[in-house]
Amino acid sequence: MNNVRNKKRANKSLPFFFKDEFKVFFVIIFVSTILLVTTFTFDKVPPILNRGIQPATFPKGLLVLIMFLTAVIYYLSFKNPWKKEKKLPKPFFLTILSFILFIIISKTLDFFLAISVLSIFVSYNWGEKRIFYLLLVGILFPLVVFIFFEMILGLRFPPGIITNLYYY
Amino acid sequence: MDNLLLMMAPLFSSKLLIVLIFGTLFGLILGVLPGLGPTTGGALILPFTMTLDPLSAIVLLTSIYCAGTYGGAITAVLINTPGTPAAAATCLDGYPLAQKGEAGRALGMATVSSTVGGIFSVIVLVFFAPVLAQLAYEFGQPEYFALAIFGLTMLASIGEGSPIKNLIAGAFGILISTIGKDFMTSIDRFTYGINELSVGIGFIPVVVGLFAISEMLTQSTLLDQVFKRVALKAVKLPSLNDYKKTWKTILRSSGIGSFIGVLPAEGGTVASLIGYSEAKRFSKEPEEFGKGSIEGIAGAEAANNAATGGAMVPTLALGIPGSATTAVILTGLIIHGVRPGPDLFREQPDFLYGIFGAMLIANVLFFIFGFFGAKLFARITLVPNKILWPMIFAVSVCGTYSLSQSIIDVWIMLFFGVLGFFMRRFGFSVVPVIIGLILGELVEGTLRQSLVIFDGNWLMFLTRPIALTFFILSLIALTFPLLRSKKQKK
Repeated sequence: MNNVRNKKRANKSLPFFFKDEFKVFFVIIFVSTILLVTTFTFDKVPPILNRGIQPATFPKGLLVLIMFLTAVIYYLSFKNPWKKEKKLPKPFFLTILSFILFIIISKTLDFFLAISVLSIFVSYNWGEKRIFYLLLVGILFPLVVFIFFEMILGLRFPPGIITNLYYY
Repeated sequence: MDNLLLMMAPLFSSKLLIVLIFGTLFGLILGVLPGLGPTTGGALILPFTMTLDPLSAIVLLTSIYCAGTYGGAITAVLINTPGTPAAAATCLDGYPLAQKGEAGRALGMATVSSTVGGIFSVIVLVFFAPVLAQLAYEFGQPEYFALAIFGLTMLASIGEGSPIKNLIAGAFGILISTIGKDFMTSIDRFTYGINELSVGIGFIPVVVGLFAISEMLTQSTLLDQVFKRVALKAVKLPSLNDYKKTWKTILRSSGIGSFIGVLPAEGGTVASLIGYSEAKRFSKEPEEFGKGSIEGIAGAEAANNAATGGAMVPTLALGIPGSATTAVILTGLIIHGVRPGPDLFREQPDFLYGIFGAMLIANVLFFIFGFFGAKLFARITLVPNKILWPMIFAVSVCGTYSLSQSIIDVWIMLFFGVLGFFMRRFGFSVVPVIIGLILGELVEGTLRQSLVIFDGNWLMFLTRPIALTFFILSLIALTFPLLRSKKQKK
């Protein structure tokens, strides 16, 4: 209980723009505003073809609702501050980095290679140092999954330097 | 009598029996593994159902749903970590009882009460779904719109966490459904010139991202966590004394679970918490709760499994999912060309009663597997996260890619994974996003068609008695959390 109180107090002493409540409020309002502006660029249906409301009206209404509710939770957070979350550890950022690596490799080199690299990268950074297990999660298992999907579903994976070896 | 025979059909088809056994085993494994569950598992296996006929596909998904909901109890009792969110309340008494050296008794009670709750809810499903489907013939576009709004407000009101955050998440889910070509005018919305987005954002990448990938990120923050596993010799059937103590609790929780399941919300999670608190309220020994009360385990487990049948009622009768997993099942139905709703009950009774029968059998099967195999299933939790999650990632990526064979879907999955992680971190539930996404087209479509019928006059909604009733219920649902918090403050 004391811990929670201390955490709340710690959160209170921060300038408002460092608090989680403000960060969440800011991100939602910022993204919603961009999306709301985008809705004004949607094509309009001529009145003779228009059935009910314009295609932009419904998303506009939703965005306004989201922004209003976000303002309400931010206002309520003054009375009841959110619990301060723990700092994110290094493996979290390395996992995010592995996602970025995955996107780059799958786009430029090979889909299968991207899965292998991510699996080994994540497993190693999460503490697995044994070569056998790294090979198991990085090569053997993706290979089994690849062949399984290919044979059962007749799936054709995107071309790449390794996948092409299998197909040709 | 004919319907009863139709329900027994899965027993006489070797193919359906194999599918049922596989689905139950797979569901148990998913339920046992913390972070995974029937929703993620169902979404990942959805592409494989394309190789099956519609009945087998839905039987597979429903058996995963039933068994996965029960499987969470095994981990809850043995390592004090709920395998699924629905088993959170089971930890409260299951683990303390296991620490007293009675893990077998705790799991025995969890298995029996889950089975009774599950079977009870299938009976509710069999009797209630056709009645609701019959009622749905009275529904026009305005009524469906009002019903969908009611569903979303209920989700916000009785779902986990802050109602306002749930509403934001639900509205965000509906907003995602507007991406792509507008279905009435074919005008592009939020596509930003990307051709792949013209067809909209698929359901599977969002589900897999919000559940599996965000869980992977959560696990990356919990690597230093150490689980203490309690030893289990064998699962024991409850004693006569235990039955005497808990039969009323099991029946009450089964009723609560079935009712909560029918309402669009987080099904089993909410049901088990209410089932647990009601068991405590009616107990002669409320002081034992939290210290290893057998009634606590029965109350939570009967309720969460009873929610499975309940959640299938609106899914099949109205096409409105009662939980995140039934949203996956609904997607399965649509992929296989089956349109849920009243016509399904009239035109394909054999299909429907086949599903009902399969759910009944799945409840019996997980009782058998759980009773004899809990010890074995518990060993799955020994697989370290550093091995397990890269493997789950590989399956998630291939599963997501396989439905539309689009690499964009994989990137969307990753995006929603990161988004889901931060949503959960800041107290936003991801379930309303899923329900909002699946209800989005219905909400917008029925609203726009209603406005065409009403010649643009919004007030005409109030002239339809059924729609008006749903709007009033929605208002009550929205004010309920306010009244509840005021009462709690007093």
